[in-house]
Amino acid sequence: MLTEIKKIISHAKSERLEERDILIYTLHKIQETIEGNYIPEEAVKLVSEELNIPLSKVYEVLTFYSMFSIKKRGKYLIRVCTSLPCHVANGREIIKTLKEELKIDFNQTTDDGLFTLEETSCLGLCGVSPVIMINNEYYGDLTPKKVREIINKLKRGENI
Amino acid sequence: MKPITILISVDSNSILLGAKEFLKLLKSLVKDYNFDNIVDILETGTLGNYNGVTIAVMPDNVFYSAKTKEDVVKIFEEHILKGRKVLDLEINHKNLITKKESLTKEIRIVTRNIGKIDPKNIEEYIANNGYFALAKALEMKPENIIEEIKKSGLRGRGGAGFPTGLKWEFTFKTNSDQKYIVCNADEGEPGTYKDRLIMEGDPHSIIEAMVIAGYTVGATKGYIYIRGEYYGSVENIKKAIHDAYEYGFLGKNILNSGFNFDLSIRLGAGAYICGEETALLESIEGHAGRPRLKPPYPPQSGLFGKPTVINNVETLANIPQIILNGADWFRQFGTENSPGTKVFCFAGNLNNRGIVELPMGITVKELLVYAGGVSGENLKMVQTGGIAGTFIDESKFDTPLDYDSFAKYGVSLGSGVILGVNDTHCVIDIAKNVMEFFRHESCGKCTPCREGTKMAVKILEKMGQFQATKTDLDNLIEIANTARETALCGLGQSFPVPLLSLINNFKDEFLDHIENKHCIANICKRVPKKKKSKVK
Repeated sequence: MLTEIKKIISHAKSERLEERDILIYTLHKIQETIEGNYIPEEAVKLVSEELNIPLSKVYEVLTFYSMFSIKKRGKYLIRVCTSLPCHVANGREIIKTLKEELKIDFNQTTDDGLFTLEETSCLGLCGVSPVIMINNEYYGDLTPKKVREIINKLKRGENI
Repeated sequence: MKPITILISVDSNSILLGAKEFLKLLKSLVKDYNFDNIVDILETGTLGNYNGVTIAVMPDNVFYSAKTKEDVVKIFEEHILKGRKVLDLEINHKNLITKKESLTKEIRIVTRNIGKIDPKNIEEYIANNGYFALAKALEMKPENIIEEIKKSGLRGRGGAGFPTGLKWEFTFKTNSDQKYIVCNADEGEPGTYKDRLIMEGDPHSIIEAMVIAGYTVGATKGYIYIRGEYYGSVENIKKAIHDAYEYGFLGKNILNSGFNFDLSIRLGAGAYICGEETALLESIEGHAGRPRLKPPYPPQSGLFGKPTVINNVETLANIPQIILNGADWFRQFGTENSPGTKVFCFAGNLNNRGIVELPMGITVKELLVYAGGVSGENLKMVQTGGIAGTFIDESKFDTPLDYDSFAKYGVSLGSGVILGVNDTHCVIDIAKNVMEFFRHESCGKCTPCREGTKMAVKILEKMGQFQATKTDLDNLIEIANTARETALCGLGQSFPVPLLSLINNFKDEFLDHIENKHCIANICKRVPKKKKSKVK
């Protein structure tokens, strides 16, 4: 894993226009690569050394931005939009259904390690709200029925 | 060119409504009927409508909205095979380009290519006058470009409305070994999705504008800072940058002018505050995105302490057209103080959701007609401008939307959102949702914003449980006024706008919760009192 992260960092270095403009970019890449959709301690240390940024600074950045996590997440990270455009378009029902189906609250992971539920603000897909995001895919125009179908398919290991 | 072209929108919104499947189906139909030499299928950006996937048949100039695969088959079999229009699927849609001028006031400057060209094909952009403005600009003196932009009256489309020409002039006049151009594509304003659709539908217009800006102010490096969640935008911009380098519109000695410009993408990571320009710069520099105290402003001291121009995506997309057609052409649209057009986004309980580009100064009432009216019950209120914008009731629907509207009528243009809310919703619940957003997104640097948003949410929770008093309402107003006067940046100064507009325009409903313990929408519920446990 560490050699892979080293590779990501050196690739990022080659893409920069200025010193330090690639910290967040690098963290995104690492999070995408590591299983569990998070940034583990070893990776943070490596970033700090390779980019010559104090460890405390890297952690400050990591914890400031909501897309990053230092805690391991489930196989499927479900981000549900809680902003007003989704809220008024029956978003509340979608959140209720998700919590009922998964039997977890926000920022929790199911016991089987399959799902993590997080809140997100507007995803810029208000034309088809309410909207959720599962890993890198979006799902819009949702109804509680559609949500249940998606979750059940994922539970059965099927493609959605 | 083949005799028939079918355009299908494959922007993010359309994909969620099945655009990819419909595209596959269309392709197989063309093959099955052996129409390979007759029909071309072209993927494009949005055509503006989200009741279904928009499919356009050219040269007939007929637009359809398809919701199911059966619809797609019907369009193909009826229109393409038999030459008959499918009337029940046709969109007599006022926000699409039609030849009937009386139907629409739409003017497409920013969205001129969206839904017309394949955004991933640089040659299609060039074929539609793409990079011609750059060639023209490189033969002009920077002073003359600034003069033209100033004369056009173009103002920042991100929300603040600062004159673009002045911003460029300030940066131009500074002396520095390095200057930067930054495109603010960190669109986080709830309800706003225009920048996403511009980047997905016409990415080269942003790149062209940034190179022109760089040449004008003397900057040789640029960044596009895109929201981390916007995968589609990132993909299309990335491809566009790559192709622009290949064709010599980026890099060294651009079009043999001796001018060099490098451009790179940087990603946001889920922080609304990074849409604030100085917070965005902090983020590119590898810090947590906390705003800086201004002045100095970015044109003097911006990215890495160097002079920097920061423009919104929509602002930049106007630039090539102004250079090509001139300031006088641009000024014929919109109003005296707000020339040009605005891309409006419809969100919430409205029948037609999507984007539409209209001249500045259009009224909220007219916009609601384009939005097809309210969905569900009756319309209760409209929020204009985005989450930091104003909530208004019907009495203000005649307000024209331009940069002066807020000062004159207390109605905000902001980023151009029209969010409809029907009467199944409660004002307190709406206010709570808005304030929870700001509480979460406050960066915590200054007290009025960090503490003010928290206190406001608490008071609104109390109101929702029928436990608030009139003093609480007074406190809420005071919190809002304090933040407006004393907060450090635009976020802290603007959360009072939606809050106060709700209190001012729907005061009766606030008082109903306080005095009568009653919620007209039946959303707020009294929380049963817990029995106090005895403390030993």
